[in-house]
Amino acid sequence: MSNAFPIVYSGSALTPETPAPTTPKQVPHHGGPENPSAAALRARFPDAVQRVVVMWGETTVYVSGGSLLDIVRWLHDDPGQSYEYLSDVTAVEYRDLDRPIEVVWHLRSLAWRRFLRLKVEIQKGTPLEVASVWPVYKGADWLERECYDMFGIRFDGHPDLRRLLLWEQYKEGYPLRKDFPLRGRFSRSEQLRQALAALPESRYSMEELSIVDAFDELPADMRRRLRDGERTGE
Amino acid sequence: MGLSPRPDNTVVSYDPASQEGWVATRLDFLVNWSRANSLWPMPFGTACCAIEFMATAASRFDLARFGMERMSFSPRQADVLICAGRVPLKLAPVIRRIWQQMVQPKWCISMGACASSGGMFDNYAVVQGIDSIIPVDVYVPGCPPRPEGLLYGIMMLQKKVKGERMADAAIRNEMEPDPSSKLYIPPSSIDQLGEPFGNAVHQTRSGL
Repeated sequence: MSNAFPIVYSGSALTPETPAPTTPKQVPHHGGPENPSAAALRARFPDAVQRVVVMWGETTVYVSGGSLLDIVRWLHDDPGQSYEYLSDVTAVEYRDLDRPIEVVWHLRSLAWRRFLRLKVEIQKGTPLEVASVWPVYKGADWLERECYDMFGIRFDGHPDLRRLLLWEQYKEGYPLRKDFPLRGRFSRSEQLRQALAALPESRYSMEELSIVDAFDELPADMRRRLRDGERTGE
Repeated sequence: MGLSPRPDNTVVSYDPASQEGWVATRLDFLVNWSRANSLWPMPFGTACCAIEFMATAASRFDLARFGMERMSFSPRQADVLICAGRVPLKLAPVIRRIWQQMVQPKWCISMGACASSGGMFDNYAVVQGIDSIIPVDVYVPGCPPRPEGLLYGIMMLQKKVKGERMADAAIRNEMEPDPSSKLYIPPSSIDQLGEPFGNAVHQTRSGL
């Protein structure tokens, strides 16, 4: 089996001309030095980059949703950026109902020791859809599922977009949206009735329970036993 | 003892002069005494209360003094379910099933504010008191309770166990939930108990 994931050493791309970023002192609220990737993004995707905000020393790049996947893929693949690690996918809804919902990606470059925040704004009244970055970062799978679970944002291209934290039959909506009441939409007894009606076993899909994909990598004795029809885990 | 002659088991005789080796007691007392001093706990720890429960089981507070050092992680061999921590709605069918898998006699301790009443989590995700899912014998207040508090609750449970009568078969009856709503208590009571109170009435964000 080939090594599909090359080992990344922290700071391996740094040279004497581009030293590692040091911990800044007296960081201003707004402004300050940008992450160099922001300028590179502006040069590479002049139409997609809407604006760049530096707040508390962290760079946020607002991009258009249509070209998000191209941007993320370029940030991941380009050796001058090499953002190997997606640390978070989340979203923000503001209490000001006119402000758009923001979907946030936190990218980290281990080789360059950089941190970049990407944001896509989804205007109110438009469908909450944005491209999934799962083709680039496989770790986005559960992050996007959680974001879908809490905000109802659909990620196009996600292989298995289901609720993650709440159960799949949950009917009350998306809890982190501002129009969601704190105690939920149903009465306590109705919530309890629906929760108790769920089977604990039904939380997992067959894909999660199945080991068919890993069959060839199992030990020989386990393969033999499974081939004879022995059931495991029950 | 090995040299003494074997007693004749076919004859029951009462000789006040030689009562050595005899104990006479009530069966209720004997059974309850042995049950109360070997309550095997089924720990259902979901939050910080479970840390206090671990401290209770560790050497300083030493749950073994109560015959409870044997944590039974299988509900089929447990006597007392200790629910330590908040129970989200997603776990409600799980704790219900664990309770149903435990064999009689069985008891339940609701440890801490969250398990007893939902505590500070008066929101869409948390069960407002596990007594709406399963019957509870002892509530231990605190957030989280100190080990002394849990020990006091355990001693209260022991007192309760020692007061049981075997002739009273009704205390072993398994409560069956209502088939349509799957609830033990009427839905209106659950709604009433789940009403916000105190400061919580001002903390809802519904309708912006």
